[in-house]
Amino acid sequence: MTTTLPRLLRRNALTMAERSAIREKKRGIWQTFTWSRYNREVRDFASGLAAHGFQRGDLLAVAGDNRPRLYWAQLAAQCLGGVAVPVYQDSIALELVYVLDHAEVSVVVAEDQEQVDKILAIKAQLPHLNLVIFDDPRGLQHYDLPFLKSFDAVQTAGRDFDEAHAGYLEAEIDKGAPDDLALLNYTSGTTGYPKGVMLSHANLLCAAEAFAKAEEVRPSDDLLCYLPMAWIGDSLLSLVLHLLVGFTANCPERPDTVQRDLRELGPTVGIAPPRIWENMLTSLRVRTADSTPLKRRLFDFFQRLAERGELLKADGKRPGLGMRLGLALGEFLVYGPVRDQLGLRRARWFYTGGAPLGPETFRFFRSLGVNLKQVWGATELSGLASLQPDGEANPDTVGPVVAGTELRISEDGEVQIRSPAVFRGYYKQLKATRDALTDDGWYRTGDSGYIDERGHLIVIDRAKDVGKLGDGTLFAPQFIENKLKFSPFIAEAVAFGDARPFVAAMIAIDLGTLGNWAERHNLAYTSFQDLSAKPEVRGLIGEEIRKCNASLPSGSRIGRFLLLNKEFDADDNEITRTRKIRRRFVAEKYAPVVEAFYSGTHQVDLATDITYEDGRKATLNSTIAIDDVEEVRQPVQEPAYA
Amino acid sequence: MSDNVKGARGAASETQLSISDVSKHFGGVRAVESVTLSVTRGDLVSIIGPNGAGKTSLLNMISGFYRPDAGSIVFEGNDITGTRPSQVAALGIARTFQNIALFSGMTVLDNIMLGRHVRMKAGVLSSFVYWGLAQREEVAHRARVEELIEFLELEDLRKQPTSGLAYGLRKRVELGRALALDPKVLLLDEPMGGMNQEEKEDMARFILDVNRQWGTTVILIEHDMAVVMDISERVVVLDRGRKIAEGSPDEVQRDPDVIRAYLGTAEERREAAE
Repeated sequence: MTTTLPRLLRRNALTMAERSAIREKKRGIWQTFTWSRYNREVRDFASGLAAHGFQRGDLLAVAGDNRPRLYWAQLAAQCLGGVAVPVYQDSIALELVYVLDHAEVSVVVAEDQEQVDKILAIKAQLPHLNLVIFDDPRGLQHYDLPFLKSFDAVQTAGRDFDEAHAGYLEAEIDKGAPDDLALLNYTSGTTGYPKGVMLSHANLLCAAEAFAKAEEVRPSDDLLCYLPMAWIGDSLLSLVLHLLVGFTANCPERPDTVQRDLRELGPTVGIAPPRIWENMLTSLRVRTADSTPLKRRLFDFFQRLAERGELLKADGKRPGLGMRLGLALGEFLVYGPVRDQLGLRRARWFYTGGAPLGPETFRFFRSLGVNLKQVWGATELSGLASLQPDGEANPDTVGPVVAGTELRISEDGEVQIRSPAVFRGYYKQLKATRDALTDDGWYRTGDSGYIDERGHLIVIDRAKDVGKLGDGTLFAPQFIENKLKFSPFIAEAVAFGDARPFVAAMIAIDLGTLGNWAERHNLAYTSFQDLSAKPEVRGLIGEEIRKCNASLPSGSRIGRFLLLNKEFDADDNEITRTRKIRRRFVAEKYAPVVEAFYSGTHQVDLATDITYEDGRKATLNSTIAIDDVEEVRQPVQEPAYA
Repeated sequence: MSDNVKGARGAASETQLSISDVSKHFGGVRAVESVTLSVTRGDLVSIIGPNGAGKTSLLNMISGFYRPDAGSIVFEGNDITGTRPSQVAALGIARTFQNIALFSGMTVLDNIMLGRHVRMKAGVLSSFVYWGLAQREEVAHRARVEELIEFLELEDLRKQPTSGLAYGLRKRVELGRALALDPKVLLLDEPMGGMNQEEKEDMARFILDVNRQWGTTVILIEHDMAVVMDISERVVVLDRGRKIAEGSPDEVQRDPDVIRAYLGTAEERREAAE
């Protein structure tokens, strides 16, 4: 790898000058920027940064939703040999202070007044920060602060600087080496404080090249950029692969318009974490339930048909003539229109990644004709280690490793990776870096797994999460939770069972679907807490769990459950910003619940701390009922330590 | 809200709207009695007072819904006393209503687009053909409406019929329609009535942004004293049709007449208690 991201931009501006590079939906219309315009914007901003004293090795953070200018700002920093630090736009002040201070960020580019206010509130704690730049000037006209500048003002200063220092920027871009740091990505971390993952241009480009080799990516492709910019998956696709291949990145109008923008745009390629697929499935089911009986029956019939067909195909069998005819009719009546509604009609491929997706959800989308496949990686691996080629999609594996990547399974079952995409270490955390790498330089992924006979990697779970039940049955919590989350009524689930006699689950209901269900059943409720305490709702979830138990091996069926009185919230530290359960923290926080699960009582008093968006805290006191799922409870006799 | 978010009165403090000695009687009821008020360009004035003090009647006289029985209203040098509402609107005075008055079957976009109607010049025939001027006009107006949709953060609701919207959102659409007139003066009749705290804060922010960003003069009737005192530059107090006080929020809050109007005299309070 001999190039850098800014040099790729320069190349694109020459070879694809008038082709569309990025679009942004503004005032209801998709506005297109060509590569030459894109290049000019980045260069003006880079010169502007230089004019404000930004130097090689300095760090620039971006905070906000996916906006072209926030991508440009990252590239501009890299033009000058700086490092981009994308942060989660919904971080609370406390997290932001930690990241910005730890990274010693000197410039923050914020999307709007909301982000600027957040930064200003913590400015005093950030001695390295000397420039805050905003994209949207709305509401900021009367902020008279010397270190606060608009994006336009910085670009204007950049044009003046460029006139006075002709050739400076060009020279800086030439000075950049592939091994320079490009990105500092703070991992949300399911344990402890976030760690800054240092990735070089070579790391990122290696991952993107491997991606482009394994999957067909065309310059004419359209990608919708709507995932958090701080997530490596977004950086890899919306920035690195985008620059490498030259396809068009599209920024939605606002976070709440994503679903509509998706449908309007009809992206040809994309990636989404399991959460998004689960939400899409849930909303699809709600809409079917709300439609006319005829439509509902048609949908159910063809959906079951498609799933049978998909299972046959997965076994390598060819469906019979009758089924093929049915599928063709279904494509016309149901699958095509549904894909169109979801905005996936033009999609050639879509990946799910970041966390395992339940096999039922996976099959559902594939059966509708969405080419959904699994990708597996980690921030430390520049986001990519393996992906599924066409025709080998399968809910259980994550595919073979990509070109240039070596994989081995350690003696205790941990997946380890060696490749040029492996990160350069954690920023200012030598010990953590040493712990993450083996003596011979392989990256410890922390996932346990094995290789199947086709050479595909199968990831079981986070190694530290896999446990054993009292009777020795292997217990993989995520596997059970994903099965539970297939139910449209269950938004989140946490399963317990390591060194316990049976599996128990804490469940957060899906307010949208259950609210809709409650309406149809004339069940009045006031709030999330109220709804989740209703006996009818507990009965319904009990039924859902019985359904789920039917597909679980008898040893790992769920014995008891409880419905939480609130949703899991990243502000409460219960899940990460990418919506992964912080298992250890949850187990500690809900220790009384776990205790009650296994002591056999039927209710538990729970005092839950909640954090509001502005950082205020409050405590929610309530008594919550625990339910048994009868048929499973019986075989478990006398808990070992009762 | 801190000090840096007060309204932005322009450097030029010329009188934009002057109301002198206006009165309005309904039978024996003296709704408004010789009220005089002058508003400078870029001002943010609140009119407060107990129920039935004559606030809405005063607003109705400015916007032309009522013809004053006495007195005059002069807007930018033109006497608009008794002018028809549509003409007042065309001159640049827009208003919202206490009870939402949207077309519930129409989308958010169409409702706001309606506000542009007074600014459209194409006739029925050319609009029907939709070519030349009519098309150019439509595009230009739509661009302005989109700006407002962005400003009011209504992008995701653009194509939704207003009937299905929450109350706070419908009020926001109504503000959008008033703003679509590109008004010089904006009259808001209880824009925050019936809203929850969060909706009120949003609305307060929009009102301040309109006032600061575009320099639009705002005359506001509002019952929520916290909001009024927070965002207004000047407060006018009416009681039983008469103006009893005028000044900065602080001055008004200390005014004995105002306290009496709201709480009654000590004697009246004793009587009421008995």
